[in-house]
Amino acid sequence: MDRLPRWADVVLVPLVSLLLAAIISALVILSIGEDPWAALKVMVEGSLMTGLGWGYTLYYTTSFIFTGLAVTLAFHAGLFNIGGEGQVQLGGLGVALACLYIPWPHWSLALVGATLGAAAFGAAWAAIPAWLQAKRGSHIVITTIMFNYIAASLLVYLLVDVLRPQGEQSPATARFPATTVLPRLNEVPGLNLIFTDKVLVNVTFFLALAMAVAVWALLWRTRLGYQIRAFGKSESAARYAGINPTWIIMVAMLMSGALAGMMSVNNTMGEAQKLLANSAAGAGFIGIAVALMGRNHPFGVVLAAFLFGFLFQGGAELGLWTKIPIEMRIVVQGLVILFTGALDMMVRMILIRLFAPFRRVKPGTA
Amino acid sequence: MDYDTLLQLLASTVRLATPLILACIAGLYSERSGIFDIGLEAKMLVAAMCSGAVAYASGSAWVGLMAGIGGSMVFAAIHGVASITFRGNQLISGVALNFLASGITVLVAQSLFRQGGRTPPLSGDARFNPIDLPGADALQGVPILGPFYHEVVSGHSILVYAAFAVVVLTWWVLSRTRFGLRLRAVGENPAAVDTSGISVTGLRYAAVMITGVLCGLAGAYMATALQAGFGKEMTAGRGYIALAALIFAKWRPVAALWACLLFGFFQALALRPDVVEGVLHFKVPGPFLDALPYILTVLVLAGFVGKAIPPRAGGQPYVKER
Repeated sequence: MDRLPRWADVVLVPLVSLLLAAIISALVILSIGEDPWAALKVMVEGSLMTGLGWGYTLYYTTSFIFTGLAVTLAFHAGLFNIGGEGQVQLGGLGVALACLYIPWPHWSLALVGATLGAAAFGAAWAAIPAWLQAKRGSHIVITTIMFNYIAASLLVYLLVDVLRPQGEQSPATARFPATTVLPRLNEVPGLNLIFTDKVLVNVTFFLALAMAVAVWALLWRTRLGYQIRAFGKSESAARYAGINPTWIIMVAMLMSGALAGMMSVNNTMGEAQKLLANSAAGAGFIGIAVALMGRNHPFGVVLAAFLFGFLFQGGAELGLWTKIPIEMRIVVQGLVILFTGALDMMVRMILIRLFAPFRRVKPGTA
Repeated sequence: MDYDTLLQLLASTVRLATPLILACIAGLYSERSGIFDIGLEAKMLVAAMCSGAVAYASGSAWVGLMAGIGGSMVFAAIHGVASITFRGNQLISGVALNFLASGITVLVAQSLFRQGGRTPPLSGDARFNPIDLPGADALQGVPILGPFYHEVVSGHSILVYAAFAVVVLTWWVLSRTRFGLRLRAVGENPAAVDTSGISVTGLRYAAVMITGVLCGLAGAYMATALQAGFGKEMTAGRGYIALAALIFAKWRPVAALWACLLFGFFQALALRPDVVEGVLHFKVPGPFLDALPYILTVLVLAGFVGKAIPPRAGGQPYVKER
């Protein structure tokens, strides 16, 4: 079968997929009687033209970097972690318990503590599906889906019956103490020259970037990363090379769950300042799209997370300023996943056709 | 708990289990043919919106049902094209369609009716109303069985009876017909089916489209019988419960019926916390009952309660030998 040049594979295929998703999105907007061009303008103006807009966009980007890295890491071990949604919510529980029950003297220590709590709880929630996959052969996709729903029910129970302060109506924990408030980027010396208004994005953004570098270093610069990738490419070859499958499945899933859980530092500690019901709000699933768009490379994930951050914030602007409902952003996300993930081969086939006339025919193969 | 309460609970179980049964059997066709489908939820949601909107516009539940099936089949076709023709990742296609359905249903309902993403309330012939089976009133005097027949068996909409008929039909198709045998074979060993000159692609498309039809029934039931109109995210995870039931039943039709009835019973119990507390003498948290289907399914998956072995070729695109 014909193959595409490497640059086309890495750059062109995702771009064409995006373009197709954008065209269908435009048609959807047209069909409900609105103007796609005006919609795009509203999206860009609201998310990239003001400091405030950038604040929102980067805030969402931060969340999606975590969930995107979670999917990426598991994917390199050949595991499809679809349970980000549940792991994020459990991570939120870790953050809430760390912030509420430990008296932190300063936000920096609270950040470390909450991050560890989030990672531990997220990892713990991924541990059971991982163990069932490794030891009992249960399909990880199905078990992680089930665990998303079990997590949602568990959180509803905890927030309504256990952690809700007396006299409160809404299912949420008490507000975290003031010493756990993370600085927003407009409070960081130097950056306050760029962000003059109070913005949503907080120091967790740098934690997310650091995690992207860490995942890259782990996967391509360590022995464990090599083992994970080898296992993901061929389980039997890895087994033959003396790599312990149970160990790899457990380690990859625990780290994946920890990364997903850490997203809660951004939204629960950095924004809401209390744990809310359904705190993941779809970010776990968006992580799948981010990993796909980012071609399962941590740096690609950062770029793709930014794209989805833009879509998320732009979609919110649509809901505010136009007659297009905010749900449009879910449609766009669905289309992006469909074209970049499921219809990948279609895009490739089209491109191979287009490339065919330009390719040199090697002697003997024509 | 007295007998009347039990009957109420069982009647409610039947009503709540119906969309699960239809969606579960829908998933069964797809998965037995080797195509994973985690997008049952998407198809139900689209069908619910289409049937709610069209039933309102036409005033006929039957026209609404047709529209619901049509909408669901469009989504099934997309899944088919992505996972059969273009050999894409079936799980990712399912995730994408779930997103797409969740957004597009609200978008369309909002642009049509401007009621915050709902369709207008249905009444009269625009809904599937309860039908009384013959003799339900006459036999009510018979002790124990009479009230049971009157409350639990009779008095449901036609789609409830259709769901039970679908289970029987599916059992017959899978175990007694040539199509069923081939369908099961294509999910286990597509190469063997291909070698005997039968189209793997054709069979899988057929299965995926049957999934579309049945999810259409499930969604239409949600919007035109169980409730009166479509509301945002109204399927509320039922597609995933159906998927859980399918695994719980180990991909077998009659077992799927029982699994769905059991999970429907949990849903009915969750609506009546007073009854649960009255019987058990302690408070069971509602969320626990919501989570119970998933917990039980995980136990089955773990092999603690029997062993769930999926169709062997499930999830793998078939590449024809050249």
